[in-house]
Amino acid sequence: MDINQIKIKVEGVNFYYGSKQALRDIALDIYKNKVTAIIGPSGCGKSTFIRLFNRMNDLIPGARFEGKILIDGNNIYDPKLDVVDLRRSVGMVFQKPNPFPKSIYENVAYGLSINGIRDKGYIADKVDKSLKDAALYSEVKNRLSDNALALSGGQQQRLCIARALAVEPEVLLMDEPASALDPTATLKIEELIHELKKKYTIIIVTHNMQQAARISDYTAFFMMGELIEYDITSKIFTKPSKKITEDYITGRFG
Amino acid sequence: MKKTLAKKELVQRLGFGFLSLCIMITVFFLGLLIYFIAVRGIKVISWEFLTQAPRRFMTQGGVAPAIVGTFYLTLGAISLALPLGLACAIYLCEYSPKSSIVNIIRISINNLAGIPSVVFGLFGFAVFVKFFGFGVSILSGALTLGIMVLPGIISASQEAFLAVPQSFREASFALGATQWQTIKNIVIPSALPGILTGVILSIGRVAGETAPILFTAATFYIRGYPDSIFSEVMALPYHIYALMTEGTHPQEQTQIAYGCALILLVLVLLVSGIAIFIRQRKRSGYGH
Ligand SMILES: Nc1ncnc2c1ncn2[C@@H]1O[C@H](COP(=O)(O)OP(=O)(O)O)[C@@H](O)[C@H]1O
Ligand SMILES: [Mg+2]
Repeated sequence: MDINQIKIKVEGVNFYYGSKQALRDIALDIYKNKVTAIIGPSGCGKSTFIRLFNRMNDLIPGARFEGKILIDGNNIYDPKLDVVDLRRSVGMVFQKPNPFPKSIYENVAYGLSINGIRDKGYIADKVDKSLKDAALYSEVKNRLSDNALALSGGQQQRLCIARALAVEPEVLLMDEPASALDPTATLKIEELIHELKKKYTIIIVTHNMQQAARISDYTAFFMMGELIEYDITSKIFTKPSKKITEDYITGRFG
Repeated sequence: MKKTLAKKELVQRLGFGFLSLCIMITVFFLGLLIYFIAVRGIKVISWEFLTQAPRRFMTQGGVAPAIVGTFYLTLGAISLALPLGLACAIYLCEYSPKSSIVNIIRISINNLAGIPSVVFGLFGFAVFVKFFGFGVSILSGALTLGIMVLPGIISASQEAFLAVPQSFREASFALGATQWQTIKNIVIPSALPGILTGVILSIGRVAGETAPILFTAATFYIRGYPDSIFSEVMALPYHIYALMTEGTHPQEQTQIAYGCALILLVLVLLVSGIAIFIRQRKRSGYGH
């Protein structure tokens, strides 16, 4: 692992929803320009974990965070840190495609306009580029002013990826981005992730073991709020060091 | 087996039959209402009726000042209630913590909607006419009407905000939007059709209510048109009331009252029509 550059350091993280503890003493390093998969049975805290990186959990009343998460050495839970800035550099794609009820163009341009960019030419170029990077451009280039909700589920999800890419994040969080999609659309997203890791550090939650094996470089296995095992993906899927990991990936439970 | 199927079929038919009967009764009375008002009202409607002030103890001329008055009162009330109601709804839905105090406020506002309009009329008289000294005026009437429809606008807007999927807000936050940017760019536009429904209903109520303006704004007769927000005004609903209860020419006055009722009906239907048209266009823009 050591030839890789560490992008994110997670240290001693506990997370609570009210009195219920959802994450227990998590520590791991996430490497730059790699795809890190988070796997584990439903309810084990995968979404909770991934939402720590852009502080989306801040929106939940009564939730409490303990520990440290350093991105490029800066603690993102530092009270002085501007959450808005953080979310610009850590993009997120959600489980269910959630384009805004606006045009395709406006969806991608949204992140730019809220960040105060007024230069129309720049925005137009950026929209085209983001759609190309999200492998959607050829399908929508003639109807950018159509409503985004008219797109298919797979196209909507790629639009959401384009929307996230437009603000030039460094890290991309994906919470089961293909779980609502059919196999063809899923394949497209997987191919896309493979392309995107050249530019972005990607953390992806998936409940699909084959998917984790196909697309990720590192895999973290969670259970009941604890990090059970974290290693190179090929190692997790061939020689896991814990029995329980093996049981899970071979489908004996979960 | 066959028998029970036939019985189910029969029950279903009876059920649907009953429902269609209910619909027919409703449509019948609505149709009757529009028919009666239209047939009686149309007799007195003329260009003169719509554009002239009344003459000769209300029996001649037109009701233009009442149309204008109703327009001013409605405009005033909605311009007060819409921004204020929207602001309250935004605060209650988007900003305030989900505390019990906020819940009590929310419930109180919903209950306010059930207060009889004559109570608002008395309140307006005590507060705007007397206490603030605005007198019987457009201002007092518009404020009273505005406060009357405020709860309705707040409730409709709140419902519209709550119906905006949380995933829209999350997507916006995740792109680095502030809460205000999210509300302005995502939540309000998505909630607009619902807010508009509230406004439509309010316009209908404001234009049609008599009791709130009885002691705060309306007068049976003024010479010409109001010249400031401190003038008293004629208004269509009050004019109908006055024509039917006062004056010395009941025969002619009743005719004119039907004419006013028809105008009021057409105005309210027109406004609703426009608002529904806008709402539909917005909706279809959202693709669902
Ligand atoms: N907003 C919330 N409030 C309270 N408990 C929650 C909330 N979100 C998730 N949880 C709980 O935290 C645990 C982890 O949930 P989650 O992170 O969504 O799991 P996963 O994504 O792995 O299925 C679950 O037990 C879940 O019930
Ligand atoms: Mg989840």
